Amino acid sequence: MTDRELLELERWTERLVRRARAEGLDFYEMRFEVVPADVLYSVGAYGMPTRFSHWSFGKAFHRMKTEYDYNLSRIYELVVNSDPCYAFLLDGNTLAQNKLVVAHVLAHSDFFKNNWRFAGTSHFVMDNMAAHAERIARYEFRYGKEAVERLLDAALALAEQVDPHPVGPPSEPDDEDEEPGALEPARPSTPYDDLWELDRRLGPSQAAEGRDLAATPTPRPGQRPVQGRSAGVTLQSSEPRRRSEGHRETVRRPPGARRHPIRPERDLLRFIMQHSEYLEAWQRDVLAMVREEALYFWPQIETKIMNEGWATYWHAILMRDEELGEAEALEFARMHASVVQPYRLQLNPYLLGWKLFQSIEARWECPSEEDRTRLGLPGGQGREKIFEVRQLETDVGFIRNYLTRSLVEELHLVSLVRRGDEWQVESTGWQEVRDALAARLANGGIPVIVVEDGDYGGKGELLLRHQYEGQELDLHHLERTLPYVFDLWGRPVHLMTTVEGKQALFSYDGESHHRTVV
Amino acid sequence: MGHPGFVISREDWSLHPKGRLDQARHQQKVKEAIRRNLADLVAEESIILSDGKKVVKVPIRTLEEYRFRFDPGKQRHVGQGTGDERPGDVVARDAGGAAPGREPGAGDQPGLDYYEAELSVDELAEMIFEDLGLPNLQEKRKPELVSTGHEFNDVRRRGAMANLDKRRTLMEAFRRNALRGRPAFDPITPEDLRFKTWDEAIEMQAAAVVLAMMDTSGSMGTFEKYIARSFYFWMVRFLRTRYRQVQIAFIAHDTRAREVSEQEFFTKGESGGTKCSSAYELALALIQQRYPPDQYNIYAFHFSDGDNFPSDNARCVKLVQELLECCSAVGYGEIVNSRYATDSTLMSVYGKIDDPRFVRVAIREKSDVYPALRAFFRRQATDLAAAAVAQAPPGPWR
Repeated sequence: MTDRELLELERWTERLVRRARAEGLDFYEMRFEVVPADVLYSVGAYGMPTRFSHWSFGKAFHRMKTEYDYNLSRIYELVVNSDPCYAFLLDGNTLAQNKLVVAHVLAHSDFFKNNWRFAGTSHFVMDNMAAHAERIARYEFRYGKEAVERLLDAALALAEQVDPHPVGPPSEPDDEDEEPGALEPARPSTPYDDLWELDRRLGPSQAAEGRDLAATPTPRPGQRPVQGRSAGVTLQSSEPRRRSEGHRETVRRPPGARRHPIRPERDLLRFIMQHSEYLEAWQRDVLAMVREEALYFWPQIETKIMNEGWATYWHAILMRDEELGEAEALEFARMHASVVQPYRLQLNPYLLGWKLFQSIEARWECPSEEDRTRLGLPGGQGREKIFEVRQLETDVGFIRNYLTRSLVEELHLVSLVRRGDEWQVESTGWQEVRDALAARLANGGIPVIVVEDGDYGGKGELLLRHQYEGQELDLHHLERTLPYVFDLWGRPVHLMTTVEGKQALFSYDGESHHRTVV
Repeated sequence: MGHPGFVISREDWSLHPKGRLDQARHQQKVKEAIRRNLADLVAEESIILSDGKKVVKVPIRTLEEYRFRFDPGKQRHVGQGTGDERPGDVVARDAGGAAPGREPGAGDQPGLDYYEAELSVDELAEMIFEDLGLPNLQEKRKPELVSTGHEFNDVRRRGAMANLDKRRTLMEAFRRNALRGRPAFDPITPEDLRFKTWDEAIEMQAAAVVLAMMDTSGSMGTFEKYIARSFYFWMVRFLRTRYRQVQIAFIAHDTRAREVSEQEFFTKGESGGTKCSSAYELALALIQQRYPPDQYNIYAFHFSDGDNFPSDNARCVKLVQELLECCSAVGYGEIVNSRYATDSTLMSVYGKIDDPRFVRVAIREKSDVYPALRAFFRRQATDLAAAAVAQAPPGPWR
């Protein structure tokens, strides 16, 4: 972009910001950075302008940059969820492309600021991650690059195994002196306490069915592959709750004594960070940083379809109402079409999210007879409703509550299963398709694994359990991830899961793998 | 240039090399992973049987970012069809089949469980040969192999006008003039002149000849031949890239030995019984006729399945000892097939030969070829004591 074009973009943005506000969008202060492809793609690979070094980011960077160089896919922009909100625009974009990108980005910023799932995100995330990078670099200097890399390999392998939900029952009493059999510390009671009970009464498999989960990241040719790695909300509790070093139950647990943790612990990374007797202080610190960053990215995974749909919806609206020259109008149309083009046998989150928001707006604006009677919709609430949806839902709820039969049919959505090496259409029925999609999006498409016992067999070994809900684990990956857990735990580790209907225990003792069918 | 609610800026990002740095680290890890897999790659059929020019795809599993994840093959996927699909229709096939493109389903590409690095055979060879050399190499007196040359590798302010470095001289003049505020090529003053100067490069190239012997008797099955061929494939490649002056003589034998062309050597069918001594005799004859030991470093390698006529064994030992007298090193590789569980007679007979320049290697499977290469072509000091020390198992090739 030339300097003259930059000025033009500035005038454009000024007008667009005013109009977007008038339409009701409520975004952070914006910082647009016009950067070369190298920088844009490194922000894309790392998820952040400054983040610690790891070869996996280099791998992602290399792949994305190669795809760009060979014109296979193109990222037009990247937005960092921070306040002020940083948006990176590609210097190589044409002026017209960057105009559309600005409109798109304002809606992302509005989404970050207003969707409930992002409420816990630290506004200083860029500074935090830069500080992490510096600290990790210092550890590299002190303990050697190799040692830090080995630790990061393991930490990043488990970075998705965190508890991303900002609310929930306390996973374990902090009070370590609690005697077996003692009453749990009193908590303020709420009208919803019975929900936690449900979890316990039904056991993992049934309770989990109703649990909300979220979308897999889908880096695709298109606009904005959100960072490939795990993502998450930054809890205020990003500080590791440190325990005294070397904490352990004071005596070997006699048979039948209390378990540790008392309740299955969802946050594997935190549990290891706090309870591994093997890790040194700096290693715990690195785990804490990796975990905090994972939690920051998590809500983006859970709202991929909504977020992209919202931004697409708004760039379409905002551009439609601009007065454009013929050439520019054509360029916008072409760019918009490429963003929302369907992917064969896959899902384009931009298209799906955009269509969903349009469908919701239409239904609440001019309800059908059925919607009028069944949902009691008075009509005329279209805009109001989509703003509410963008605030209150994540992808799972978005799909579960608003994917209608007519939309499934319009988009020709189908569910697919593999038989042998063939992919077969399983169903074209809208409810089956909707449920299959919601199940896939659950928990960001990541299996839920809990710490069942931190002193398994009374030998300080670690027993994990996969909360099986009908989707089996990738055993190849499983057997290569367990050694990472071992690297952090320092003693044999086990994972219980369900394989072909049977309970199976996978163990790794530092040298070899064992599988036991229970 | 503050505007209400936003700022647009364009800054200099040229000092933002992070992505490139980590990319370099990733590529380094790829190389390390390849190196760890060398043992498997060395005997890779698609390479050995190729013309040696192609690019090979090397699967590197260690660079996958492993994590707990669902088995994509057992998941229900959702995708966008054309509207014509009916339940039960087959719409795609998994990779491995001919179907191009991605697998269906939302989410990132499922099922792709290794990273593929592309390498040319030359790059692969470079890694394999990295620390290999001809053992016990000594200077011999054949003159043509001492190469000398002139290398222009330095620039000075004085020299013969014929060696004037015009480009540098002009640059110097331009720089000096520019410093005085007038960027131009003239005037050129004497102090701008730059001259190329040279060093005399003397490379002591020792003469070497390799006598490659292979058993082509009937007992050498497909596997045995394949192993011997893999070994010689890399050996020839190695010698040709490293030592331009190396001559190679190919000897195939069953009960009789013949000198054959390289082409014949690698494609010859097998038949007949085995008399290894015939090959050694021919080798000794060749040494006498063409490769006098005072002019050549001689390396004799022999591959067999060890299934020799028992009556011939004693003679083999004697001949190997004779070879050792005139050779820098003698290697014997025995391809052990599981069909014959017992130790072959030839291998055990050779156990008696106690000479650090004699290397015996048993090859049981494809992945043993690489260690065998390393055992034979270990770079060694010329004195025998050092060679004896290096007899220890080859380095960290795993």
